[in-house]
Amino acid sequence: MNEQHRLSVASSPHASSPVGTKNLMLDVVIALIPALCISIYFFGPRALTITAVSVIGCVFFEWLYEKVMKKPSTIGDYTAVITGILLVFVCPVTLPYWMVLLGDFFAIIIVKQLFGGLGTNFLNPALAGRAFLMLCYPVPMTTWIKPGVENWASIGTVVDAVTGSTPLSNDLMKHGTLPDASLWDMFIGNVGGCVGEVSVLMLLLGAAYMLFRGVIRLRIPLAYLGTVAVIAFLFPKGDVGNLTWMLYELMGGGIVLGAFFMATDYVTSPNTPKGEIIFGVGCGLITMLIRYFGGYPEGCCYSILIMNLCVWLIDKYTLPSRYGVTKAMRQEAKALEKQQKLAAKEEAKS
Amino acid sequence: MKHKFYGGVHPAEHKDATEHKPIAPLANAPAQVVIPMNMHIGAPCKPIVAKGDQVKIGQLIGETTGLGAPIHASVSGKVVAVEPRPAATGFPVMSVVIENDFQNEVSPDCKKRDNVDALTPQEIVDIIRDAGITGMGGAGFPTHVKIGSAIGKADTIIVNGAECEPYITSDHRLMLEHGEKIIQGVRFIMKALSLNNAFIGVEDNKMDAVTHLKGLVGEKNDITVEALHTCYPQGAEKQLIQRITGREVPPGKLPADVGCCVFNVATVSAVYDAVVSGMPLVQRIVTVTGGAIKNPVNLLAPLGTSFEHLVEEAGGFSEPANRVISGGPMMGVAQYDLSVTLGKATNCVLCLSKKEMPATSERHVCIRCARCVNVCPMHLLPLYMNMYSKKSEWREAETLRLMDCMECGCCQYICPGRIPLVQQFRTAKFEVRQLAAKK
Repeated sequence: MNEQHRLSVASSPHASSPVGTKNLMLDVVIALIPALCISIYFFGPRALTITAVSVIGCVFFEWLYEKVMKKPSTIGDYTAVITGILLVFVCPVTLPYWMVLLGDFFAIIIVKQLFGGLGTNFLNPALAGRAFLMLCYPVPMTTWIKPGVENWASIGTVVDAVTGSTPLSNDLMKHGTLPDASLWDMFIGNVGGCVGEVSVLMLLLGAAYMLFRGVIRLRIPLAYLGTVAVIAFLFPKGDVGNLTWMLYELMGGGIVLGAFFMATDYVTSPNTPKGEIIFGVGCGLITMLIRYFGGYPEGCCYSILIMNLCVWLIDKYTLPSRYGVTKAMRQEAKALEKQQKLAAKEEAKS
Repeated sequence: MKHKFYGGVHPAEHKDATEHKPIAPLANAPAQVVIPMNMHIGAPCKPIVAKGDQVKIGQLIGETTGLGAPIHASVSGKVVAVEPRPAATGFPVMSVVIENDFQNEVSPDCKKRDNVDALTPQEIVDIIRDAGITGMGGAGFPTHVKIGSAIGKADTIIVNGAECEPYITSDHRLMLEHGEKIIQGVRFIMKALSLNNAFIGVEDNKMDAVTHLKGLVGEKNDITVEALHTCYPQGAEKQLIQRITGREVPPGKLPADVGCCVFNVATVSAVYDAVVSGMPLVQRIVTVTGGAIKNPVNLLAPLGTSFEHLVEEAGGFSEPANRVISGGPMMGVAQYDLSVTLGKATNCVLCLSKKEMPATSERHVCIRCARCVNVCPMHLLPLYMNMYSKKSEWREAETLRLMDCMECGCCQYICPGRIPLVQQFRTAKFEVRQLAAKK
C-alpha cells in the first residue's frame, strides 16, 4: 500500500499561501502601469520606449550575469522588470538610451548581483542606479521638458521639445516660489519632472492596488509622507499659507513614488513594525533637510538610500516586545540587573 | 470581552467536505488494534498485560510511570504482541497489540454512576485520572495533571472549540451532536476546580455550533459561548487565552500562572463519559479527509485502529495519496507508514493528493518581505531566526527568542519564498537544547 502511494514526508506545515514571490512582484509591475500610462500621455511615446529599453536592459544584465556566473536564472521573477521600470521612473524622459542602459548595468550588476542577488542587496537598485547617473551625467539628468500633447510630434527624438522645470527646481520652490502649475495639475501630473513621478493620482491608484493585494504595508509610506507633511506645514517657505505649501511639497518631486514604491522595497526596508515607522520618519526628515538646506532641489532618492544603509541597525534595536512579558516585568528585570551589577561592583571593590 | 492576538493567517478552510456529515460508527470493527504506550506528553506507560492475555473493553493495560495517563483496551480480545510498533509520532513505540474477538465485552470495572451530583471535586479528578483522559486537541497533556496544577490558581476555565486547523471537523460535529456532553462535562470540571463560570470559544465559521451550545447552556448562564473571528492559530492555548481574557502567558510559564485552564471540547466530552458512564477514554472522533479520500467522513473509532483501516472506512483512496498527515495541515505529522494507529490526540487523518500539496520552488530565497514578522503570533522575527540558524549560530538565534516559537507554521505558510522555516527552527531548537545540556 505504501509503495503504491509513494508517501512524501516533510516537516509541518503542509500548506502554503498561494502567493509566491513572483505573484507579489507581478502585482508591483501592475501597480506601476497607471503611472506609466499618464507619462506616455504627457511626455509622448518616448516615455514608453525608454521604459521598454530599461526593462530589456535590466532583464538582459540579470540574465547575462547569471549565465556567466553559472547561477540559476531568476529573470522570471519580475524583480529585474521592476528595477527597470523604477529606474526610468526617476530619470528625465529626455535621457539618452545608452545612459539608461548604463544605469541598468550599475543597478543590476553592481548593486544587486555583486552583493548576492535577490534578497541580499543593501541599496535599492533603481535608486542607486539613479544616484550613479546623477553623479556621472548631472546635466542630462536634470533636463526637463514641459508636459503636453506637443511631445507626441517628436516620436523617438526629444530635441525639439520645450524645456521646462520641475516644481521643486532651484528657481521655484527651493526659494519659496510656487510653480505656475495648479494643485490639480500637480495632482494629475501635468508638470515637469521624471518619467514616473509626476502623477500623484496614478501613483496613488497603483499604491491602492498594492495595498488591496496586501503587497505593501502602510507603515513606511504613512510615516514618510506624514513627516514631510508635518515639517512642510510647520515651516512653510514663502507666504502662500501652510496648507497650500504642504500640499505642493507633498505632490512636487518624487516622494509619492518614493514612499509607496521605493521605500517599501522589501529587501532594503526594515522588518519590524517599529523599525518600519523609524525608517519612514527618517526618510521624511532627510528629504526635507535636503530640500530646505541641501544643494539639490529634491532629496527623496538620497534620503531613501541613506536610510537603506541603516536598515540592519534599525532591525537590531527594534525587536518586538516579547510575548507575555509586560512592562512591569521588564522594569523588574532591569532593576534586578542593576542591583546585580552594583553588587558585583562592590564585591570587586572590596 | 474579546481581545485580539497579534498576527495569524487564514488558510483555505476545506471543511466543507465533512462539516455536514454526522459522526459515523465504523462499518467494520478493526480486526486488530495497536495501542501505543505514549499517547500523551510525559513518560510512556508500562504495559501490564502479556502476550496471550484476554482483555475486555476498558480494562487497564498500561500503567503510568511518572507524568502520564493510564491506557485501556479499546476492544475485547486476545493480546497477540507487546512490542515496539511504528507510531504516528514518527518513532517506534512500545505497543500492546490486541486481536479483536468482536464480542465487545466490557470490563466489569466500567460501571455507570447514578449519583454524579454527589461527587466531590477530588473524586472527579480521580475519575479523570483513572479514565486516562489527556488533551484531545493535539498536544495530549494529561488532564488530571492540568486540573491538579490549576486548583486554587485558576479563575477562568476556557473550553477550546476553535478548531482552527483547515480540513478538521471532528470537534465541530461533536459540538453539534453531543453538545450536552460538553456542557455537562464543563460543569464537572467547574466543580473540580471550584469555579462557577466558564467560556467556550468557537470560531465563527461554526455559527451553528455556537447557536446550539448557547441553547444548551440555557438560562443557567454559567457558561459563556464566544463566537471568535476565524483566524489560525486561534486554537493554540496561549492565543485562545489571549483572545478570551486578554492575558498573555509569560515565557516558560503555564496557563495556570495567568489563572487560566484550557480544555479541548473532545476532552470535556470524554470527561463526561468517564464520570457518567464510567467508561475510560478508549475511542474518539476522527475526521478522515483530504483530496485523495473517496468519501471523507467523521468517524467514531476505537483507539489503536490503523490509519489503513480508517481510510478503508472512508471509501479508500480515490487517487494515490501524496502525503498522509496525522492531524491538520498546519501542525500535523506526515506519516511514512499507514499501519500507524489512532491515538488519544489524533483528531484527523488527512490524505492530501498531489494537487493539494504546496507548490515548491527550487530556490528558497528570502526577499525580506517581513510577512513572517507580521503573522507571527509570538512576536518573533522568523527571517532573522532562520538566517542565524542556517549559519549554525544557535546562540544568536536563541537571543532572538527562538525557544518561544511554538511551531504553529504561520511564517512558513505565508512565506512567498516557500522557505522551510519551521523545519529550520526545529533543528535550531534541538541544537540550543543540546548546548544547554552541555553546560
